[in-house]
This record gives sequence, C-alpha cells and structure tokens, in this order.
Amino acid sequence: MIKAVMVMNTQGKSRLAKFYEYLSVEKQQELIRGFFQVLCSRAENVSNFIDAESIFGLDSRLVYKHFATLYFVFVFDSSENELAVLDLIQVFVETLDKCFQNVCELDIVFNYSKIHTILDEMVFGGQVVETSSSEIMKAVEEISKLEAASNAISLIPKSASGWRSR
Amino acid sequence: MSGPSLMDSLFQRTLEDLIKGLRQQLIGEQAFISKALEEIRKEIKSTDLSTKSTALLKLCYLSNLHFHDMSFAAFHALEVLSSPRFSHKKIGYHAISLSFHDSTPVLLLITNHLRKDLTSTNEFEVSLSLQCLSRIANADLARDLTPEVFTLLSSNKLYVRKRAVAVVLRVFEKYPDSVRVCFKRLVENLENYDPQILSAVVGVFSELACKDPRSYLPLAPEFYKILVDSKSNWISIKVLKIFAKLAPLEPRLANRVVEPICDLMRKTGAKSLLFECVRTVVTSFSEYESAVRLAVEKIREFLVDEDPNLKYLGLHALSIVASKHLWVVSENKEVVIKSLSDPDPNIKIESLRLVMAMVSEHNVAEISKILVNYALKSDPLFCNEILGSILSTCSRNVYEIIVDFDWYVSLLGEMSRIPHCQMGEEIENQFIDIGLRVKDVRPELVRVARDLLIDPALLGNSFLHRVLSAAAWVSGEYVEFSRNPLEFMEALLQPRTSLLPPSIMAIYIQSAFKVLVFCLHTCFVRGGSTAGVSASASYESFDDLSVENGADSTVAHGQTCTSAPITNESIVNLLKLVELALSPLLGSHDVEVQERARNLLGFVDLIKLEALNSSGQEENDSERKGVEATKIIRLVHDAFSKELGPVSLTAQGKVPVPDGLTLNENLGDLETICGDIELPSSNTFSFGYPSEEKDVSSFSNLQIKEDSGQSNESTSLLAEHRKRHGLYYLPSGKSEVISNDYPPANDPALLGDNNDNASDLVKLTAESLVPKRKPNHSKPRPVVVKLDEVDEKPVAVKQLESRDDSLSGAVRDILFGSEDILPTSSRSNLPNSNRKGKKKQHMITQVESKENVVDDGNSSSRRRKDHSHGKERRHRKKNAEERNETDRKEKESSSNHPRRHKSRQRAEEPLKVPPQTSVIPDFLL
Repeated sequence: MIKAVMVMNTQGKSRLAKFYEYLSVEKQQELIRGFFQVLCSRAENVSNFIDAESIFGLDSRLVYKHFATLYFVFVFDSSENELAVLDLIQVFVETLDKCFQNVCELDIVFNYSKIHTILDEMVFGGQVVETSSSEIMKAVEEISKLEAASNAISLIPKSASGWRSR
Repeated sequence: MSGPSLMDSLFQRTLEDLIKGLRQQLIGEQAFISKALEEIRKEIKSTDLSTKSTALLKLCYLSNLHFHDMSFAAFHALEVLSSPRFSHKKIGYHAISLSFHDSTPVLLLITNHLRKDLTSTNEFEVSLSLQCLSRIANADLARDLTPEVFTLLSSNKLYVRKRAVAVVLRVFEKYPDSVRVCFKRLVENLENYDPQILSAVVGVFSELACKDPRSYLPLAPEFYKILVDSKSNWISIKVLKIFAKLAPLEPRLANRVVEPICDLMRKTGAKSLLFECVRTVVTSFSEYESAVRLAVEKIREFLVDEDPNLKYLGLHALSIVASKHLWVVSENKEVVIKSLSDPDPNIKIESLRLVMAMVSEHNVAEISKILVNYALKSDPLFCNEILGSILSTCSRNVYEIIVDFDWYVSLLGEMSRIPHCQMGEEIENQFIDIGLRVKDVRPELVRVARDLLIDPALLGNSFLHRVLSAAAWVSGEYVEFSRNPLEFMEALLQPRTSLLPPSIMAIYIQSAFKVLVFCLHTCFVRGGSTAGVSASASYESFDDLSVENGADSTVAHGQTCTSAPITNESIVNLLKLVELALSPLLGSHDVEVQERARNLLGFVDLIKLEALNSSGQEENDSERKGVEATKIIRLVHDAFSKELGPVSLTAQGKVPVPDGLTLNENLGDLETICGDIELPSSNTFSFGYPSEEKDVSSFSNLQIKEDSGQSNESTSLLAEHRKRHGLYYLPSGKSEVISNDYPPANDPALLGDNNDNASDLVKLTAESLVPKRKPNHSKPRPVVVKLDEVDEKPVAVKQLESRDDSLSGAVRDILFGSEDILPTSSRSNLPNSNRKGKKKQHMITQVESKENVVDDGNSSSRRRKDHSHGKERRHRKKNAEERNETDRKEKESSSNHPRRHKSRQRAEEPLKVPPQTSVIPDFLL
C-alpha cells in the first residue's frame, strides 16, 4: 500500500502532495517539512531510502528520487517492494516527460490538475493499478478530451446565455 | 444574485491566473493568498456551476500546496458533483478526496451521487467515483454501495474492473459483511488472464493477507499457479509477499513453494523481483538450507554492487538472516565492517546494526575497540549512533556479555572522552549501576572516575556533565579504594566546578563531604601509621565499637588504600581548602547547593578545632576534645560506609497495603495524620526523595546537630522502621547491622532498568562476593522479565485480532463455506473463536445447509437486516434478488471448474478429513 506521494522542490516548496489516508492540512505540512529536512541533508549518490518511521509512523518506508530541482517522494508500507517503487517513480517521471516534453518544475507548477490526473491513473487508493506510461498517457489524453468537450458546451456561461435570452 | 454571478463568471480568475499571480505578487505570499481565499469564498457561493467549480479548484490548489483548510467548502463540493459536466465532476471529486474524512458532516449526502456515477456508462466517471470511494468510504458508504461495486467486479471494461477490484479492499475493511457478497467474484478474478486485472487482485490479496494470513490459506493453489505462470514482475512480487505470510503457517505449503521461488531467484533479471525472492526466503523459509544458501549468494552480489541502493538492501537482508543464521554475517564480515565508513548514512547504520548482531562475550572487546575508532573518525550523528549501540548492547540483560568489567569501565571512560559524545546520561547510569552491582570492579571504577574528575578541560563540555556527576558520586561512595583521597578533594573542589549545573554541583559537594569524612576517619579514628598520637589512642578506645562496622571493609582499607600518607598537616590544608572553595557557595541561589555547602562547612567547623589542636600536640587538652570530635567523625563515617545496593523496580509493589488504607483517598487531611506520627525521624525517611544522598545528608546533618545519644536513638528507630517495612528493603547478604544509611529508593541509575527483580539481585550480590570476576550472565534470566513479555504480547495480538475479527471471520466463512470442509471442529481451535454468538449461530445454520449456496446468499441478506437502517430497506429486496441470481450463476459456472467440483465431491464425506489439516486441499500438496 502506498501511503503518500509528494513532490517538492529543493527549496522545500511542495509541488504535489497526495495522502491516501485523510490527514489534516497542518499534519500534511508538518510531514512535508519533516521529510524535506531529511532530504536536503542528504548527499548526492547515496541510496534512495530514508527511515520514515520516525516521521510517518510505524511500518512506513520512503523512497525518493532527485531530478533537477525536484524531489519525488513515495511513502509506502511493507507490502510494497522498495526497488519496484523506485521503478514506479521512474514511470511517473517518464510519463510527465512524455506529457510535457522535457518536463521541468514550471510544468508541474502550472498543471496542477493534470499532474493529479496522471498520478491517479497510476495509483488508485494507495494501490498501483497501472505501470505502463503509454497506457497512462492514453487514459490521460482521453480524460483531457472529455474535459475539453464538456467545457466546450459551456463556452457561453449559463448565466450569460440566460441574460442574452432575456 | 444573477448580477454578481455574471460578473464573477466573466471576470473570474482561473487557477492559472491564481498561480501566475502568486508567483508575481508583490504584497507577500500570505497576504496574496488570503485575498484569493476571500475571492474564492465569494465565488464559491455562486449559483453558476462553472464559477463554483473554478473557485473550488483554486481552493483545492491552495489547500493542497499551501495548506489552507478547505472544510468549509464541503457542501459546495457536493453541489459541483451534481453537475452533468465531466470537468465539473472531476473537480468535485478531487475536492472531496482531498478534504473529506469520517467526520465530515455532509458525508452521507454523497451516497446517491456516487451510486449514480458508479452506474454511469462513461468509464471515466465510474473511475472517478471509485477513486473517491476508495479514499473516503466509511461503514455506511461501503454498506450502501456494495451492490454497485459487486456489479462492477465483473464489468467487461478492464479499466473499470481493475479499479473495482482495488476499491474492494477499502469496502471490506469498512464493512466486513460485504465479503459475503463480493468475495467469490474477487476470487474469480484471480483466474483472469489479463495481467492488469490479475495485478490488481493479487495486490488486494497481499494487503488482506498481511492482516490475517490464515484466512487465505485455502486460496494457496490459485496463488501457486500465478507464481509459476506469471510473466509480470509486479505480480510475482505481490504473490511472493503473500507466500511470505502463508508459508510459516503451513509447512507442506512451504515445501511446495520453496522450489519455484528458488527457480525464480535463479532466472530473474529484475533486481526488484530478485530482492523480493531473497527477502521471502530469509524471512519465511529460513529453515530450508539450500534456499538460504542461494539467497545468501545473491545477497553477496548485492553487497558488492556499485549501486548504494542494492548495497543497502543487501545489508538489510543480511540483518534479517542474522537472527537465525549468524554464520552468514560472519562470512561477510569484511564487507560489513568496510561499510561502516561508507558515505551513505543508511548503509552505515545498517552495517552498525549487523556488527552489533555479531557481538558475543568473546569478541565484545575487539569489536568495541574497532567501533570506538570508527566513532572517533565519523560525524557527530553517526558517532553517537555507534556509542549508543555499544552501550545498549553491552548493558543488555544486566551486562550479560561483559566478562571483564575492568575493561568495560575503562571503555566507558574512554567513550565519554570522545569529542562528539552525547551519551552522557546513559554512561552515567551505567557507571552507577555497575558500581552498585559489581563489587570487584570498584577499584577500577574509582580509577576511571579519578581520571575524569581531575581533568579540568572536561568540565567545559556540557555533554559530559552527567558523566562527571556519576564520577563524582563514585569517588565519594567508593573512596576507600582510592590511592590518594586528597587528590579527589582537590578535583571535586576545583574552581572550574562553577561551570557545572547546580544539581551536579550538589553531587560534587556531597561527594567531597564523603571523601573528607573518609580522610578524617583514616587520620584520626583508625590512626594508622601516620596519624597523631591522640588519634591512635582514641582509635584504641573505640576499637571494640568499630568492629560492628563491617569487618570486611576495614580489612580492605588497611590493604588497598592510602598509599599517599594523610598527615595532620594535610588535613589542615584540606579543611582550609574546603572552607575556601565552599564559602562562596553559601550564597548560591540553588537551594540544594546552598544546603549541602552549609552542611559540609558546619561539619568542618566542628572538626577544625580538633584538627588544629592535635597538630599543636597539646595532649591533655586535645585528648578530651579529641574524643568528642572523633566520635562525630566515626558516626558520620558509619553513616557513609554502609554499602548501597540496587533496588528492584518492583520493590514498592511488594509492600502490602495495610488494612484500612485506601490509596485513592483524598490527602486533604494529611496534616492531622502526620501529627499522629510520633517518630521524629520518620520524616527523614520519606520515600519520595530524588536520590539517596539527600537522605544520607539530612540524616547525618541531624546527627551532627544532635548529640550522640540522640543519634543512637534515631538509629534504633531506623532499625525499627526497617524491621517493620522489611519487605521494602532488599535482603542483604550481610548481617543486619544497625546502620545509618538508607538504600536508594529512587536511584536514577535504576529507573531505566526493567530487568530487575529482587531475587535476581540477591543472586547478583551473592555472586559478586565470589572472587572470580564473573558476575551474573551464567544465571538464567529473571522469571519476571519473561512474564512481563508474555503479558504484553497477547495484549497486542488481541487488539489486532479484535480489529480484524469481523473481516477475517467473514472471509473464513466464505472460504471454508465454499470449500465445504466442515469447519466446526477446526474453528474451535482457531484463535478468534470468541466471536459473537450471533455469528456462531450463523455458522451452524450454514453447516446444516451445506452445499446450499443460495442459502448462503439468503443468510447474508438476513444478516444485513441486523445492520441496515430503515431507509435502506427498499434497496435490500433488489439486492437480495440480484445476489441470488448471481449466486445461481456462480453455481452454474462452478461446474466448469473441475477443482471446485472435486472438492465438493470430497466434501460429501467430510468427517474423514482431519480437522487441523483441512486448511489446504490435499491435492495440492
């Protein structure tokens, strides 16, 4: 079971946070700060694991990956494999890369909804349901189309059309 | 309202505008956000759903990434959900899964929205609502939506079906009775050939098996098939996780599975799968020698890999093996020790753990030496990690692995001098603890304490203050082993002690008091070769009395101590030194320091006269006076010379509560109760003092002020007290001396020590009397400790069981019911046979109507009646019908499965199957 997915930049600013059990926003902030403290103290080229039990509670492990200015962090419990989750991060980043052509931090900043959509296609309620980035891309594109279609009808806002017909 | 909503929707800022604004704002982020929030609060009230949903999306953004509470928008999120447009719905569901929790008041209003979307023809809408359900479902939601989820479990859209499978986990957890409805379909999905579905189902089962593996043993054949056939690493990993839980429960299963796992281990190229195989073998198949050897081979590959992740995991796997096969660690000793200097902190800590696992009484000295060297070289954090693990390993089970205590005590001294050492408190505890427990090590302990005390540089390091306080205590308590007590006095009273915190300062003064008394006693009372004539005379006269005073210690004094002569002259200097050092402390702001300084100075005042006199050689005069002063010295020395022993943590509990004493009574009338107590000294002996020294000091203070006759009286009172409360004291090996001292009621060194009980301590003291320096490790561990452990464990297990009880119970009902291996007999020895009577009854009905699957459906709907509320009634009929129908279908389809069929046939003669082996069908094994 995956417990949380976080993306934060090297300044400690949260760029994506998803917790699969409810946590109050204060608690979320505290956790993200806690993890960042540990992450930023780590050198390059060391292992990608952190002891998360002191921060996240019993039976929790943490795997992170550092890309350019971003940390991608997955927290999970003993029913996941550490190396498999590491691969999962890779899939996530690859998908982002395909989606935004050379993804950078700004893409993630400005595409809040899309990032969540991508993640939701991969991880469903804490369980991994899709590990192929092309499948994820397909679904995300479908969803975007659907969203666009439903918005197209509403190009003229309802209130405005009501006003016109008056 | 239509006016503002039009303006809102035309000029509303989108999320992108918000983000841009946030990046370019000049008024400060917080100010900008609160302005935006204000805007959102207004927009979200709009009747136009587009405006509303945009506002909601912005709110989600601020909540998710800037941590602002969005619970106020719960109802608005529901409204957005009702929009026919997909984009609005998506925002609504996103908001709900971000902010809803079990106590959100509008949670129940969501049921119908979810139901509508779960039955939608658009797979993405279904997916959204499933996603939401997986995040927020509570018991009510899970119960009400079980039928919809059940239908989706056999949806022909893979996209939907795998999500329905995944959501089942949450539904089961929140509403265990749904197992009766959904479990069969879930199991059917195990036989699906689509890897995506399979991956989802196996994922669900690995989560379920984590919590209660025993219930899923009957599914072992299916898992076995998947393990052998699977092409996907992801699925294999999950199946391995399941087998890691199942195998320890059923040896025949382990026998069967171990070979395929080894095959997988040999063949696979994926590191993740390889590691999972290794981990499965070392955790659950550790008795299969060949498998373990293969795993160890792979671990070795991990250990020498360049990738720090693999190296770390290799060490981690090694530490799992270490508990059962220590030889594996010793085989890889070099890699492990080399890893101690790895740049990666994870690897260092893991290898430290492994090194500590290798420690035994033969190599503890060698390993500690290596580790201390590493500690000197490494960063403060890791240094303390090392020191901490040395301390905890060595002190485990009352210093089980330590044979040479002289060595260990000097190691403690060495460790406290390491620059980054922050383990002062632990070292302090061990110094005192060892002092109390191990008699033979005391001379060495005093030597180490001396080295620490006389070094003025150490006083500046605040981390060392706790160690110094222990050293000071040791120097006072065991001063008779010192070669040169005068040196101690100088060390304890050196000017730099002003750097110490007051509480430790107080210990220094108290220890100085003890050392001073010892010096005076040696000089005047015991006389010895160097003491003055008058002193030796008085020694003669008191000889008969002092015999009482622990013969063994006097013998020890005569032989081991005082190589440096204590002369009258040095005593005079000593007294001067005390006065010089302590008089400024009389004005100390700390009560403790002030009081103790005053005690000591008062004592010095009493003694000074005699010391000066005897140095003046005025025999006639001094003899009379000397007698009196010597008496005082002797009494105070007696007060300090009784040995302090450790006190069991459970000692207090052994005092029986007297009749008529209610411990919960209000203590408001304590005054009157205390007034009734006639014994004046009993106040001195209250149980609540923080350390034993205070008791001693206040008592000795009492002694000094009163004349000797009175103090004798109080001694006898103490004896009486001891006699009455004898249980509270440890039975000491020595004859019951009427003694002035008092065992430490609350010695800080003992507070952390759970491994104690009185009987153990008796053994300990008895053993430490034996000259061979081999204290206690050959003794069996105290029984009480084990009892404690046993007591604790079932509590934890019980909690776990009661939590999963209903779920696993339901799963078992289904599984055992469907296999129709009559579970009545085996059930009785299942751990959670204490289920509710209602369920048992249900079981019985099920057993009576075995084979009747339709009845199973009926009974589950009957059970639903117990839980369901009135408003749910109209669904129920439909649900029951639906279920009956599907059950019938299942019955038909089950004939396609030869395996099931077979097991049913076998079930015709159910009693032949021995109940305890019935968990797995025999044809597999």
